[in-house]
Amino acid sequence: MTAAGHPRPGVLALQGAVEPHVACFRALGADCVEVRDAGALRDVTHLVLPGGESTTIARLSALFGLDAAILEGYRAGRLALFGVCAGAILTGVDDGVRPRRWGLLDARFERNAYGTQLSSTRRRVELTPSARAGGSASFVGAFIRAPRIVAFGADVRVLGSSNGEPVLVEGPRILAATFHPELSGELRVHRRLLAL
Amino acid sequence: MLLGIDERRERVRACRRGFEVKVGLAKMLKRGVILDVTTAEQAKIAEDAGAVAVMALERVPADIRREGGVARMASIDRIRAIRAAVTIPVMAKARIGHTAEARVLEALEVDFIDESEVLTPADHEHHIAKFNFRVPFVCGARNLGEALRRIAEGAALIRTKGEAGTGDVSEAVRHLRRIRRELRELFTASQDELVQRARELEAPLELVQEVWQEGALPVPNFAAGGIATPADAALAIELGAEAVFVGSGVFHSDDPEKTAAAIVKAVARPSDAANLLAASGESGTPMAGSAVHTLEERELLAVRGS
Repeated sequence: MTAAGHPRPGVLALQGAVEPHVACFRALGADCVEVRDAGALRDVTHLVLPGGESTTIARLSALFGLDAAILEGYRAGRLALFGVCAGAILTGVDDGVRPRRWGLLDARFERNAYGTQLSSTRRRVELTPSARAGGSASFVGAFIRAPRIVAFGADVRVLGSSNGEPVLVEGPRILAATFHPELSGELRVHRRLLAL
Repeated sequence: MLLGIDERRERVRACRRGFEVKVGLAKMLKRGVILDVTTAEQAKIAEDAGAVAVMALERVPADIRREGGVARMASIDRIRAIRAAVTIPVMAKARIGHTAEARVLEALEVDFIDESEVLTPADHEHHIAKFNFRVPFVCGARNLGEALRRIAEGAALIRTKGEAGTGDVSEAVRHLRRIRRELRELFTASQDELVQRARELEAPLELVQEVWQEGALPVPNFAAGGIATPADAALAIELGAEAVFVGSGVFHSDDPEKTAAAIVKAVARPSDAANLLAASGESGTPMAGSAVHTLEERELLAVRGS
């Protein structure tokens, strides 16, 4: 949190679908920073790791020293995170399959778990009561070359599932989705991030 | 036999089915570099360098130019070998209007099909009816009207045509600037001019209205054709391209690994001069190429399909 106590959201903007997240924060009345270097991260309290290509985002984050800065900010309690699709993969526990994971969320993500783009689809996501925030119990989410959560630890809670599988989870000051709420005009996950 | 009314209704409805998920993948590729590759080894180099996708090809455009002959979809074995080598999305090119090549590529489960003027066109009047496919398509365009016609046919992503295989970025720049200018002109038009604008653009009114309303194309717009250096890629991004395709530029440079990595680095932060300087210094020596104005009319690829 900043001195004024207002959340200052950012989106990691090295590669991927950045604008839809900026639009979500704008719709929530929050100014959003596009983060391309460690300097820009200093003012950010809540960071989205967006969808894109996880191998590319991992490589560029390391190249520009952002992976270390994100890890440090998260571990110091200065930074809450929301990983989306490729971004979610990065937050998980390393399983020896590239890209190398950051180990921030106690969950294992299997990349491209459903197959090629032909398996990409829109599916209904059912929210647990605490994630509904007074709104609908479900919404339709886009799953694009999506990963699958194959295991998660005791401090990780399921907030949303689809076809009986967890697709939206929460750990300590960290959210991860295997689908794209930002492409459906769904704002509740971003609002929840800002409350972390 | 003519179709019944119910069948027609169903087919028109089906046109937009799955479109969001197709455009969704295009959005995930933004600020990325998509590299032309012809072998599994090249595909690995592309992935290691940070490419967001590879384009599986039989020959890169510069070699198609040099060797001539009919340029077709890549061989099945080649595409399979490339796909087996990487975890990033694999695209492949089909000839303009060649619906059957596209069916083969869909059955192969490529992630994106490029209906490309780089290959020898199969149909001189029609493009593929792309909304009939579940796999997304990217198509080239030199101007807004061409872009909207391709989107009307179901393209989920537009790229400039540029002049592929030349290493000369000027045509890509021309197409980016033209599309940007035409978007601006349409956005500032008054609503009662839109029917006439649609007529001038030779594009469907529905899409013209959508662009007028949103001030942008309904699908992402990438740059392609003649991009050979990190600075070329950064220039394309500055001119509004949301990602870049690099064809011959990487594997016709003297050091593909370095050139690919340098272009990826430049695209991540295109307006950061220090980063661009670093990327330019780290790049290999670019392909020699050939200036577009020295080409004969019959050698131009961008005029294929409109």
